[in-house]
This record gives sequence, structure tokens and C-alpha cells, in this order.
Amino acid sequence: MPAAVEVVDIARHFGSVQALSGVDLEVAEGEFFGLLGPNGAGKTTLISILAGLTRSDRGFARILGHDVVTDYRAARRALGVVPQELVFDPFFSVRETLSIQSGYFGLRNNDAWIDEILHHLDLTGKADANMRSLSGGMKRRVLVGQALVHKPPVIVLDEPTAGVDVELRQSLWAFIRKLNRDGHTIILTTHYLEEAEALCTRIAMLKAGRVVALDTTQNLLSRFQGLTVRIAVSRLPPSWQARVLREDSGMFYLGLDTYGELETLLAALRAENIAIRELALAETDLEQVFLRIMAGEDTPAIPPPSLEVPEA
Amino acid sequence: MTHIEVSGHGWLTLLYKELLRFWKVSFQTIAAPVLTALLYLVIFSHALEAHVAVFDGRVRYTAFLVPGLVMMSVLQNAFANSSSSLIQSKITGNLIFVLLPPLSPLEIFGAYVLGAMVRGLIVGLGVFVVTLWFLPDLHAIAHPLYAIAFALLGSALLGVLGLIAGIWADKFDQLAAFQNFIIVPLTFLSGVFYSIQTLPPFWQVVSHFNPFFYMIDGFRYGFFGLSDAPPAWSLAIVAAAACGLTLVALGLLSRGWKLRH
Repeated sequence: MPAAVEVVDIARHFGSVQALSGVDLEVAEGEFFGLLGPNGAGKTTLISILAGLTRSDRGFARILGHDVVTDYRAARRALGVVPQELVFDPFFSVRETLSIQSGYFGLRNNDAWIDEILHHLDLTGKADANMRSLSGGMKRRVLVGQALVHKPPVIVLDEPTAGVDVELRQSLWAFIRKLNRDGHTIILTTHYLEEAEALCTRIAMLKAGRVVALDTTQNLLSRFQGLTVRIAVSRLPPSWQARVLREDSGMFYLGLDTYGELETLLAALRAENIAIRELALAETDLEQVFLRIMAGEDTPAIPPPSLEVPEA
Repeated sequence: MTHIEVSGHGWLTLLYKELLRFWKVSFQTIAAPVLTALLYLVIFSHALEAHVAVFDGRVRYTAFLVPGLVMMSVLQNAFANSSSSLIQSKITGNLIFVLLPPLSPLEIFGAYVLGAMVRGLIVGLGVFVVTLWFLPDLHAIAHPLYAIAFALLGSALLGVLGLIAGIWADKFDQLAAFQNFIIVPLTFLSGVFYSIQTLPPFWQVVSHFNPFFYMIDGFRYGFFGLSDAPPAWSLAIVAAAACGLTLVALGLLSRGWKLRH
């Protein structure tokens, strides 16, 4: 059985910027897969290559065994993409938008499924409203709907909950989870790491166009036993500079191995007469793992793409 | 699954979308150009009817003007349709809805060009109907098949040119420049408002390098059986130009130039 998504040695540059430099990935059918990375890591470029919106310099990609360039019709039929940008066609209503999109895929008499999409996305009441009149969150829902009109076995969501209110986010995830349970493969990029932690069974982390981590969510979480302290101070003692995972306007994120180290940190601050304005401790969650990996703290050999999926 | 997948339905949907797009704003896309053409006719015929003789006086100037204005409207609106649809979709980003589905370059080409042809021909027909009133002595169209052939080929050619311009332009002002500095001068200098036989010899020669001249002149031959260039020759030139531009457009779409980065 072919993989839902197979990416082999994909590279792409834009001018002097190497957006992707040799990415390998394999996502099995039925997986809920997370693609994480900071802005500019290459997530959207990779998705664009899968969708045929961008061409790669080298390597190839397949959707359910169909090459995205040489067999693009079958590949695109198997793929539904929710783009990151909030785009819409102001000439049409919600229902027209969905029915036209469905037609582009060669589908006729698709109204029953379109009604179901409208229902699940809570858009039934807005079906005949013009796209222009919708709020940002509603436009986002229509984009999700457009990606689903042809019942694609593989669904890619590029930051689908950006700018979406909490209530909708919950109902959207309930719907996506249902689709995943029904057998759809889901690939998700998101900035909300708790979302990825809650939803994804396996995660790839991209940094500067490379896969720097690829593992099950469980394994990634257990990779770091330590904790993270978030501390607001004017400066840090020199001995602690190297422990900074991230700095954000006077807020330092430091990786600690044990609770005992917290005592050492406090002592060092007291010795230098540095006042603590704010302090918080966090157990390892995906965000801490993400921060540590992006800070380059964890540089194990990247495990080869694995198709072993834990029982979800 | 209840839905039925129909081959060919994809590009027909894109064509339907293209038609719906201009139909929803038909006041601007159909009524406005018809009014513009009518104004040209009223003003030019009033000002020049008594002063200009065309085809050695065998055709009244106002009658001469009508097919020119009809064809000019067909051409300009065919160009406007494909080019503005594409640039709007590119700039707002909703072109992605067309790029994600399994539509081939030929299907995208066919839908945009046919949509442009329909808009051009509807506007042309509208101009013809409202200007008929100015042609009480038009009892028969001399060669209707020629007129239809030129209208179809001309609208196709400008539809393709609009597609290419829409793919090329990144901003609205680039497209406007294409329209104002290429399309409009070529149409106005093509003999819509005059017979090129009235021009000095040098400008007659120059006019023969303007493809729009053959479209206007050939279409007019369909009406009166009179023309400045042999109509079969004009038809061949227009057809060749349409084929050439078609190859260019298909090449650009296949490469994904400016569309699939």
C-alpha cells in the first residue's frame, strides 16, 4: 500500500534563500501528522510542492503513490489543501463557492456532501451569504469546506486556526478528528503547539529547510525529562547565558535538567542582586521540546522516516 | 458516495464560473461598453457623416462605422474579460482555487478563452442591436459567414492575448499599461473610424502590420462585401495570429510561468 504522502529529497530555493534543502518524509495512511517549525522553516513551501503550486528543484513527492508533477491529476484528486492565506472570491456566495470548487474536481450532484460540510462547519445559516459579508473566522471555515468538497483521502491544513476564535477552533478540530477517524490522513501545520500535541500522533519539525526532528509525539515528549523556567529579569548571570532557549522582550526561557537547578539559578541571581519580576515553571510539553530543538540543544542523528505508527 | 465524477465537467465549471463572474456585474461588463460604442457612433456620425466618403461613396459613413464599432467592442471586451479575471484572481489570491484542482493547462486555457469570447460576442451583439437603428438601409448582410468567422476568431485572439497579459501582469497598473499602450492604439489605428485607403501610402503600409486591421476590415467585408484587403487573406492572417498566441499561452500555462512558482 503506498504511503499517503511520500517526500524524497525535496529541495527548493528562491533566489539566494534555500527554502528546503533535501527533505525526506513519509506519512502513512490514516495518520494525523504535524508539521512544525518557525516562520520561514519551509512548511508552506513543502505543502505548496505537494499541492503542485510550487515546483521543486530536485527530488520528488507522491500523494498515495501519484507523483505530484507527472501524475498531477490523480495526485490533486487525492489531496485537499486549506491554504494559510484567507482568500475568497467576492463574486460568489458560500454555496456557490463550494459547488464551483466541487465542479472543478469534475464532481456533479455533490449537494448532499456540500450540505453536510456546511452543517459540520456551522455554515448552514450563511450558505447564501456573499463571501464578502463573512467574518474572518467564517471565511476560514469556507476554505476548510473547499478543501473537502471532493472528499480527498489526504487533507493538508496550513495553519487552519490562525485568527479563529476558541469556540470555532474546538468545533473545527472535532470535525477534523472525525474525518481522521473515518480514514482521512491529516497533515497539519500550526503555531499552537498544544494543538499539535493534542491531535498529532507523529510530528516532523522543520528548521531552515531541514527536518530536525521526526518522531511520534510521545517519543518527542519523553526525549526531554527536564523542565523549563520562564523568568522576567533585567539580565542573566553570565554562567546562565548558554541556557537560554528563547528570549522574548525581557522574558527568558531557560532549560533546567532538575528542580535542584532552580535553587542554583535563584542563588546566582541573588548573588548578582538581580530582581525577579516574574517567574513560572513548566513541565515538558511540546512547546518546550520545540524550543529546545529549535535552539539546537538536541541534535541527535535524524531518525530515518518511519512508517511505524503507534496505535492511536 | 452520491456524487458523480464526470470527465470534462471540471473545465466546464471553470467556464461557468467565468461567465457567472461577468454576468453578475453585467451593468459594468456589458451595458457600459455598449453605451460607449453608441456614443462613438452618435458623435462620429454626426460630426463626420457629411465630410467623409468611404469605399468611393458606396457606403454611408455611419453604416461603415457600425461593423467597426461592433468588432472593436468584441475585441476589447474579450481582452478585458480574460485579463481582468486572471489578474483579480492573482492579486486577491483566489487563483489557488483553480490551481489546486486537477485541471490541465489546456482546460484552463479553454475555459478562460471561451469565457472571454462569450463576453466579447455578447457585447458585440448588443452594440449591433442598438446601432441597427442607425442602419435603416441595411437590408442584408453580404457575407454573414465571413462576419461570424471574423467575430469568432477575433474574440478568440483577444481572449488569448488577455490570458497572456493576465498571466504576465503582477499589478493592475501593468495590465492597464498593456491595455492603454498596446490594445487601445492598435484598435484605434486599425480602421474602425476610417478606411485605410484614405491614408497616405506610408501609413497604409504601416496599417498592414497591424493585426487588428485585418479583423476589422474582414468583419466589415462580411457586412458590405467591400474591404481594403482581400478577406480570405485577412482571415488567414487572423487565424495564424490566433494559433501563434495559443501556442504561447499553452506554453506559459504548461510551464506554470508566474502561476506555479
